[in-house]
Amino acid sequence: MANQSYDAIVVGSGISGGWAAKELTEKGLKVLLLERGPNVEHIKDYHNASKAPWEMPHRGRRTVELTENHPNLRRDYVLNPLNIDWWAHESDSPYIEKKPFTWFRGYQVGGRSLLWGRQSYRLSDLDFEGNLRDGVAVDWPIRYKDLAPWYSYVEKFAGISGNKDGISHFPDGDYMPPMPMNCVETDVAKRFKERFGDNRHFIHARVANITQPLPGRAGCMYRNKCSLGCPYGGYFSTQSSTLPAAVATGNLTLRPWSIATRVLYDKDTKKATGVEVLDAETNETIEYNAKVVFLCASAFNSTAVLMRSATDIWPEGLGSSSGELGHNVMDHHFRLGANGTAEGYEDKYYFGRRPGGIYIPRYRNVGDDKRDYIRGFGYQGSASRSGWSRNIAELSFGAALKDALTEPGPWSMGMTAFGEILPYHENTIKLSSEEKDKWGMDVLVMDAEIKENEMKMRKDMMNDAAEMLEAGGLKNVQTYDSGYTMGQGIHEMGTARMGRDPKTSVLNGNNQVWDAKNVFVTDGAAMTSSGSQNPSLTYMAMTARAADFAVSELKKGNL
Amino acid sequence: MKRRDALKSMVLMMGGTMVGANVILTGCAPEDRIEGLEFSERDVAFLDEIGETIIPTTDTPGAKAAEIGAFMVVMVKDTYNKEQQEIFVEGLNNLRKEFKDQIGSDFVGASQDERTNFLNQVNEKAKAEAEGRQGPHYINMLKDLTVLGYFTSEIGATKALRYVETPGRYDPCVEYKKGDKVFAL
Repeated sequence: MANQSYDAIVVGSGISGGWAAKELTEKGLKVLLLERGPNVEHIKDYHNASKAPWEMPHRGRRTVELTENHPNLRRDYVLNPLNIDWWAHESDSPYIEKKPFTWFRGYQVGGRSLLWGRQSYRLSDLDFEGNLRDGVAVDWPIRYKDLAPWYSYVEKFAGISGNKDGISHFPDGDYMPPMPMNCVETDVAKRFKERFGDNRHFIHARVANITQPLPGRAGCMYRNKCSLGCPYGGYFSTQSSTLPAAVATGNLTLRPWSIATRVLYDKDTKKATGVEVLDAETNETIEYNAKVVFLCASAFNSTAVLMRSATDIWPEGLGSSSGELGHNVMDHHFRLGANGTAEGYEDKYYFGRRPGGIYIPRYRNVGDDKRDYIRGFGYQGSASRSGWSRNIAELSFGAALKDALTEPGPWSMGMTAFGEILPYHENTIKLSSEEKDKWGMDVLVMDAEIKENEMKMRKDMMNDAAEMLEAGGLKNVQTYDSGYTMGQGIHEMGTARMGRDPKTSVLNGNNQVWDAKNVFVTDGAAMTSSGSQNPSLTYMAMTARAADFAVSELKKGNL
Repeated sequence: MKRRDALKSMVLMMGGTMVGANVILTGCAPEDRIEGLEFSERDVAFLDEIGETIIPTTDTPGAKAAEIGAFMVVMVKDTYNKEQQEIFVEGLNNLRKEFKDQIGSDFVGASQDERTNFLNQVNEKAKAEAEGRQGPHYINMLKDLTVLGYFTSEIGATKALRYVETPGRYDPCVEYKKGDKVFAL
């Protein structure tokens, strides 16, 4: 097949790639959007979204076969038969765990935007200045002011519901009205305020579920079935939001089943000339040309594409001249917190299934607080009333059990901490020289772990949760720590970090690869530190900013 | 070769599983046994009655109306591992036999009180012995599958609970009166 030319090629159609495609097409570029997996059409392909419980096979429980076929996904709640088609097939796409790593991958149009947790928080200068302040890794090349207008831009288009809380180190955004707190949460918030004043904050979760309609999107219907795809466009996904905008320009070509094998690099111009694609269905190799390439294939796969590119010049791949490509793997460590029961609310209930809850932003090592570790953590939580699935061991079989389960049970509240992981140079991914995937591509080897700073932090993450729930008036408070290994946060970050110096970073402050200025990486790979906030909103803002920069540079003839 | 070993190799040769093999050798009457995972119509009816005992018909239909027996069979076949399947089948076979030994009639033909009392006895005994036991007790499996199957069935979700597929709004704090049903899902 003859080479085909576009203005820009975007690799990956998830949260970052969808934004890149939207921004570049809207600015008039002809864009080829590559996706390694199948197409998933909005609404039409949400096969389980509107099924009643009794129509669902095994009522949503995992079969033995499903568990056996998913040795990695089964480690967590994520393995769900109702959306299993949206997780990468593990035997087709294996990877090697030199140290335990659970890698959650969405290999289809929309990527993990279909499946994400939707919590959307801005980073602040507490985060952007963190590495410089602490003498860790390298300094971010950007500050909050660089990203702030882009946060606003993406929040307004994606639709984030939340409250403006006026917390200086946890910036407010441009929000739709928040999803309200229920009776218990409202009272806990009051007691929390009395106890902690302005030192800690118990606020509404800020989520990419819309509480007001947007064009083409009716809004959240409070079904809490987001991860099955939303027929109402209730939450932000590529399908509900960025893809329709890109398609509407008439400038988009979407190509599913297209694995980007490498960036084509011209050593004379020191620029990329396009992308080599392996058709995942036919195994045919095709070259596409473009003036600009955006890698948005998810952190590790974007880095893997770089590692396979320009190896005739740099054996370790494009961007490896820094010695940092594949290094500084990060995630958010979690799976610990506390829960307790709320007494005295037997006459209160709620209507609707809210896909959000409450959030407690980072307060450790903020202001005058000083711990024996650096950085901090935030909490997600919610209060709810138990239903029929609660265990009532003391009740006898028969009418008593049945009657009890047909009424709501006690209220409880739980919260889970999400902590920052430092960018350790020795936490790496690399390409295996031995094992290959179904398409003959070298698989990734994960070699990363949390260290002393995170282990110390985890003590606070668990104990503080109990302290705050007790302060909030919860009873029978119990802590838990289910253990954590890398990847489980599904926030894998780093491996192609931004920085100020080509000798110590892969990307500059505009997400350009130092060694190929028309190649941009705008997903989690670019992160210089992880913060403790859920990162997807930052990828959206970073991508929109980089796309704007790329187009202006193109117009100036600089790319 | 001992009889059990012979049987084991035969089952393996035939590509079958060993589920229920222990039961086959316990000496209960052949017509009362569940072999492997071959649940007969009679077994499904037996499971229906067990489910109905755990969640009976009251002012709303019970588990039998929700075809709980057929549901349990599917779940045991597809979502239980081999060890769990063995515990389930062996437990059922024992239940059938012990009920008859103690009460003098078949479970299916007994009165509701007799069944309820018997299952609650088994349940109490299982709770009392929980600490020394490895793995689940079959009575908990029966309870779990009955509760799940009933409250996610169309009858259970829409008649015993309040089923609202698309709430369309979120009211964060509403009054609750004793007797109001819990929301399904």
